[in-house]
Amino acid sequence: MSMTLVQVIVSGLLLGAVYALFSSGLTLIWGMMNVVNFAHGDFVMLGMYTAVVVWTALGGGPFAAAPIAAILIATLGIASYFLLVRHIMRGPMLAQILGTFGLALFLRYSAFWYFGADFKTLPDTLVGGSFVIAGIRFEGARVLAGVSGLAITLLLHVILTRTMVGSRMLAVSEDATAAQLMGIRPQRMQALAWGMAGAATGIAGALIATFFYTSPTVGETLAILAFVTVSFGGFGSVLGALVAGLIIGVVESLSAYLIGPVYKDVVVYLLFVLVLWFRPQGLMGKA
Amino acid sequence: MTGVSRRTFAAGSAAAALGIATGAGAQPAPVKIGAIFPLSGNSASAGNYSKMAIEVGIDVINNGNAELAPLLPLAKGPGLPGLGGAKIQLVFADNQGTPAAGQNQALRLISEEKVVALMGAYQSGITLTASAIAERHGIPFVNGESVAANLTERGFKWFFRVTPVAIDFARAYSSFLKAQKAAGQKVGSIALIHENTEYGNSVGSVIVDQFAKDGMPIGQKITYSANSSDVQPQVLQLKEKNPDVAIFVSYTSDAILYAKTMKELNWKPSIMIADNAGFNDPSFIKQMGSTVEGLVNRSAFSGGKPGTVPYIFNELYKKKSGGDDLDDVSVRGLQGFLVLADAINRAGSTEPAKIQAALRATNLPASQMVAGYDGVKFDDKGQNILASSIVTQLRNGKYLAIAPKDRATAEVILPYKGW
Repeated sequence: MSMTLVQVIVSGLLLGAVYALFSSGLTLIWGMMNVVNFAHGDFVMLGMYTAVVVWTALGGGPFAAAPIAAILIATLGIASYFLLVRHIMRGPMLAQILGTFGLALFLRYSAFWYFGADFKTLPDTLVGGSFVIAGIRFEGARVLAGVSGLAITLLLHVILTRTMVGSRMLAVSEDATAAQLMGIRPQRMQALAWGMAGAATGIAGALIATFFYTSPTVGETLAILAFVTVSFGGFGSVLGALVAGLIIGVVESLSAYLIGPVYKDVVVYLLFVLVLWFRPQGLMGKA
Repeated sequence: MTGVSRRTFAAGSAAAALGIATGAGAQPAPVKIGAIFPLSGNSASAGNYSKMAIEVGIDVINNGNAELAPLLPLAKGPGLPGLGGAKIQLVFADNQGTPAAGQNQALRLISEEKVVALMGAYQSGITLTASAIAERHGIPFVNGESVAANLTERGFKWFFRVTPVAIDFARAYSSFLKAQKAAGQKVGSIALIHENTEYGNSVGSVIVDQFAKDGMPIGQKITYSANSSDVQPQVLQLKEKNPDVAIFVSYTSDAILYAKTMKELNWKPSIMIADNAGFNDPSFIKQMGSTVEGLVNRSAFSGGKPGTVPYIFNELYKKKSGGDDLDDVSVRGLQGFLVLADAINRAGSTEPAKIQAALRATNLPASQMVAGYDGVKFDDKGQNILASSIVTQLRNGKYLAIAPKDRATAEVILPYKGW
């Protein structure tokens, strides 16, 4: 195997871990309450702007920006739940879809108004530039984002499956009425899910900003990948999103390199359709 | 509605001609022009800079400018003398970066805002759909910046394009590379990387044809989807073949990713050419300039000497933008607007057919140009035959003119430095 091909696969894996990172929040909300958050991409966008502001105003890197973004976007998530989602969940499915879609547009155009249309980037030296191991180049910022992606998705998985809070959240998602009879407050659990999803999304945004550009519409570019990753992996399965992210990243990189960049989306979406054909619930979703 | 305002214009200009004091109430109604630009979406930063440049032009015409008055007839102000001093009112519309939205906005501007002419729409693919609506309604459409070849190949009667087009750029790059070859640079292998919307595809194929004719065939052609989430595989393809020259045709978001990824993966050609667009976006230059030092580009704006039209306009623009210079895209938008204003003024009317006739008869000299053209004169297809392009190089965050010789303000420095 040529060195370049190895580099392509490594790049694809890192890219896939990043896809998993920014998809985990989306899959969490779906798993908890059967609501698709169409504003997810714009949550990522605000996390990215947090990193830009932390850098330009305070001179802080991603280690300062990620916790701040986690807190800010978690707050935004909880606020969205109490002010919007809680109410539209009582309406028909279409109201839920349009409700979070409206939130997406509101956030996007607020960003246009406040930050302007200019593209922003962070200096690439922020996370130590790039380094070479055995002839393969690694970009510090991508490695940090990829490794964090793995860590955060695993952490969310552990919280959901191995802790009391996780069991309560899952109980609410299984049957909110029964959970309530057991003394669990569904709204509190759902707000917590939005908060956790917001925190993960905020961290994702802050880390992606270190190697991507930030603009008010960047959420649009990233959101489609998040939706594909989540439905590929299985709605509600955090681990599924991780596996799907890695597969998509590698397939995308390999097909772009071997066949040509315009065909990569054809290959990825074909694979996506095939997976859903044989497993409509996604790779690791519950049937 | 238009009938009434037209009568008001007529009354206003008649009164002015007779020298009757008409009083404050008789100010002629403003001339409404629709301007379609990407004010949101991924090209919004370029669209907003164009809007700002055009607003400077409106201000000069509506309120006059003493410094420009001896150079530019319309700068004497206030308003359009051919229409009794009527002021121009621009209605800006957001094309949201999609051909469908551009089309809807064109329809809305014509049927609801009752504009007398349209201008815009930056992205070639959107100009294509928006101008088709104008054609159907018999409304003049002046395009300042879209370069796809087919725009003027549709047999349209109401479409006028002021900007130089792909073939002009392809020739400019080709003769630039020939000159470098003669000077001893290696230009043996050439790669072309272009996005796959109207703009990238058409400019890309024109470059491929022109270079083949000039005996410098493109050896590696990479087509990618605009607004990529990742460009690492493309850069690795380039790194593997390692061409001497790489030519990029990209919008801003992808331009940023290419610049970043080339540095990450540590690959650069010895001559890097970028066809304008994303690589010319002021926000790209501000953010990525130090990563693409020595990049060769094309431009319609070359600054000019103090006391010239481009220089004075640039000073006015800098005041509005808070220090940013005019750039290639914004200057072409402004030039397009000035051409349209000149035509409406000569038409002496807001009737679309008269404006169309005036546009056909346009003949502006180089001395009145804010863009670096030889003038403006349209052929039967509506293409400005006096449009031309300057080859530039990025040095310390500013593009300097390096070719053709008579307009160059600096010598080229090679190989490409990058970061």
